[in-house]
Amino acid sequence: DEEAMAVAFGSINVFVSACVPPSLTRLLIVYPWTQRFFDNFGNLSSPTAIIGNPKVRAHGKKVLTSFGEAVKNLENLKATYSKLSELHCEKLHVDPENFRLLGDILIIVLAAHFTKDFTPTCQATWQKLVGVVAHALAHKYH
Amino acid sequence: MTLTQAEKAAVVTIWAKMATQADAIGAESLERLFSSYPQTKTYFPHFDLSQGSGQLRGHGSKVMNAIGEAVKHIDDIRGALAKLSELHAYILRVDPVNFKLLSHCILCSVAARYPSDFTPEVHAAWDKFLSSVSSVLTEKYR
Repeated sequence: DEEAMAVAFGSINVFVSACVPPSLTRLLIVYPWTQRFFDNFGNLSSPTAIIGNPKVRAHGKKVLTSFGEAVKNLENLKATYSKLSELHCEKLHVDPENFRLLGDILIIVLAAHFTKDFTPTCQATWQKLVGVVAHALAHKYH
Repeated sequence: MTLTQAEKAAVVTIWAKMATQADAIGAESLERLFSSYPQTKTYFPHFDLSQGSGQLRGHGSKVMNAIGEAVKHIDDIRGALAKLSELHAYILRVDPVNFKLLSHCILCSVAARYPSDFTPEVHAAWDKFLSSVSSVLTEKYR
């Protein structure tokens, strides 16, 4: 399963970099309450503002890099994400439900990107991937 | 959660495109549901759930017809789906968590088929709409 995931991610790596940052933008638009974590990001008052916001874009890139690390370290994900998990719990105070929301948004963005190639089987693999990533990010919560 | 006029318009517009492929979208959404969330198959022990099965297609149609009714009566979803609400509460008793899962899969199918139409605003409107439908279907549970 992990191999299948690594292959799936690796083979479309180029396209995923096009999908992760827009997913963060979309999260803030579709589930506006998620904006609560980004009070210092400036103007989030409309979809246009969110899409054009440079801090949102920069943060999207951060999340993408981190996601890439996850896929490269699937056998060791809890350890890889240990510090990041502690950060999200102790400093950022992010409810882990938000990781699941972002994962599902990413899946929808991938669906729009790959259209008919994003088959049910393909989706199932990706759901597992975003699931283990969310789980690893929540693992150090206390 | 009430839909704004703009959100209702977005739902109606996309539905007009979906209506011609409703059966296929319904079947695909269920396929996505059963692949990504195998536990949902527990509600269909009596079904042939293989790809292309007549029962799968038939049930997909049922689901999409109901969504169509909700779109047609978007100002009174509760009235339009009253009987279906009772069916789910007293007979089917599908655990409420599953409505979110199916809604997500429907959004994937729509995003894959109409990627350029599925803007963040349209995505938000459809997410909210399906959430309303789900609420109506579970509101008589207890």
